[in-house]
Amino acid sequence: MTEFLEVSVDDLKDLVSDRALEGETMMLNLGPQHPATHGVLRLLLELDGETVVNCIPDIGFLHTGIEKNMEAKTYQKAEVMTDRLDYLNTVGNNLAFCMAVEKLVDLDVPLRAQALRVILTELQRIASHLVWIGTHALDLAAMSMFMYAFREREYILDILEIVSGQRMMTTYIRPGGVWRDVPVEFETAVRDFIKMFPKRIDEYEALLTKNPIILDRLLGIGVLSKETALSYGITGPMLRASGVDWDLRKQRPYMGYEQYDFEVPVRTEGDNYARYLVRVQEMRESLKIVEQALNKMPLGPVRSDNRKFVPPPRSELGTSMEALIHHFKLWTDGFDAPKGSIYSAVESPRGELGVYLEGDGGPKPYRIHMRTPSFEIVGVLSEMAKGHLVADLIAIIGSIDFVLGDIDR
Amino acid sequence: MDKKLEEIVKSLQTDFDGKVEEFRDEAHVFVHPEQIVEVITSLRDKHKFELLSALTAVDYWPQGSISPKIPASSPKGDEEQGQEARFHVIYQLTSLSKNLSIQIRVPIAAIKPTIASVSAVFASANWREREIWDMFGIHVDGHPDLRRILMPADWEGHPLRKDYPLGYEEPQFTFNIDEIDLRKPYAKE
Repeated sequence: MTEFLEVSVDDLKDLVSDRALEGETMMLNLGPQHPATHGVLRLLLELDGETVVNCIPDIGFLHTGIEKNMEAKTYQKAEVMTDRLDYLNTVGNNLAFCMAVEKLVDLDVPLRAQALRVILTELQRIASHLVWIGTHALDLAAMSMFMYAFREREYILDILEIVSGQRMMTTYIRPGGVWRDVPVEFETAVRDFIKMFPKRIDEYEALLTKNPIILDRLLGIGVLSKETALSYGITGPMLRASGVDWDLRKQRPYMGYEQYDFEVPVRTEGDNYARYLVRVQEMRESLKIVEQALNKMPLGPVRSDNRKFVPPPRSELGTSMEALIHHFKLWTDGFDAPKGSIYSAVESPRGELGVYLEGDGGPKPYRIHMRTPSFEIVGVLSEMAKGHLVADLIAIIGSIDFVLGDIDR
Repeated sequence: MDKKLEEIVKSLQTDFDGKVEEFRDEAHVFVHPEQIVEVITSLRDKHKFELLSALTAVDYWPQGSISPKIPASSPKGDEEQGQEARFHVIYQLTSLSKNLSIQIRVPIAAIKPTIASVSAVFASANWREREIWDMFGIHVDGHPDLRRILMPADWEGHPLRKDYPLGYEEPQFTFNIDEIDLRKPYAKE
């Protein structure tokens, strides 16, 4: 019978203090089945009384080998797996993957498809932040906030269902555009949301922003300096809460972000409260982008007409032989991408979501690496937790906002 | 290629003698494994690339890579002289102040693949290098804590290698692990 390894303190002796080896401090497992760790994250804590001396994150419980699996699938089929990475930002993952494929094969996206992509990813950003604000408040014992946030998130999931038929795993964005044009109900649904949502954010802020219990748990807790954040590769709202003005939507505009007027909220404190304020403000800014994109949305095709990479519209299949051949070839063989490698990144709700994609001239990716922001975020957790109480560690975990599917891939 | 990036690439070439490839406006600079810590440090301090965006690897088994062969001056001597590089370790760096990106690629041989750790330069490299060790079996020299990160600690083999099979295997349960292990050709390093 194969021996199963048991990890003892001796294996981790470089990571814990000497006092742990002598038994002076206590080693405690937080997770993997602990609701406050937001998934299956295991934290090995070294505690001195109630103070965290060392925190060793143990990840990989959700590892599903997505990168390996994608190597065996054509580009179109591999895209479906990206939904499963960061399950709170499914549309954003599709966008990151499709932009990488489009860069690799040099494919243009029509303007209407670009606007649709922007609207949906920004709505998804709001939905992701809503889950964050709900679970974060729940960790801090504000139960009703969770219900409110999920009520609004339901609106957004309904919009995703209107356009794609799926609430979460949409795969609506495709290489070269989007799956199909949006139905007529789409615009009213989004406009209703735009009209309703600012008041709801005001409600959240009235409940939380000046709440003395929340302030107690957030102000000055989990301070992350600018230098540490950069060294640990932190991006997104966390980096912006530590005083670095870096947002890929502003710095390297993609999908026509340069034509929309929005602010990038930046705070310098770097604590839980700064991260809270940055994300709440981001929801308002995302809503501004959605509204502008909806107002400016041009008419026209939603898929590139390059038939070597993008299947022809359904309506042509009955009348055109070439269209039928293209359709058949694309869905059986896939398209060939050139030999070469690219790196392309988008701003996900958690930071820089990068895709390293290498083609070998065939229809399947030779190597694809998803640079997921949550991986770096949990990497810095051991640094941030040091010296805080266990209760504060829970507040920090809520505040840094990671998704385990995103970390383990 | 961007003009500012071109200057940086040129200065890298004079300092470290790297071959450059361009694809879709991206600069990929090839450097020798011994120089990697120096290159990354100089990129961070001299050229202001503050962020290590991605650190990953590619396996080119069995055909070897398109990159130059391992030069004869390799310290490991005859063992790997003239051998095709099996792996590329890839460092994607971002400069926030200059808004630039650069990619450093390090070709590594198939026998005892080893690379020096850059976790002293960028803290984020710590976990990413553990991932490389876990997924590709590339040993990282000077790493403070080289354990598996995604796979279980007692896992055999390195899943992202190209000679590691993808699926179609018999599922193993606790009562028949040994029995099925005997029939498995791979997963022995």
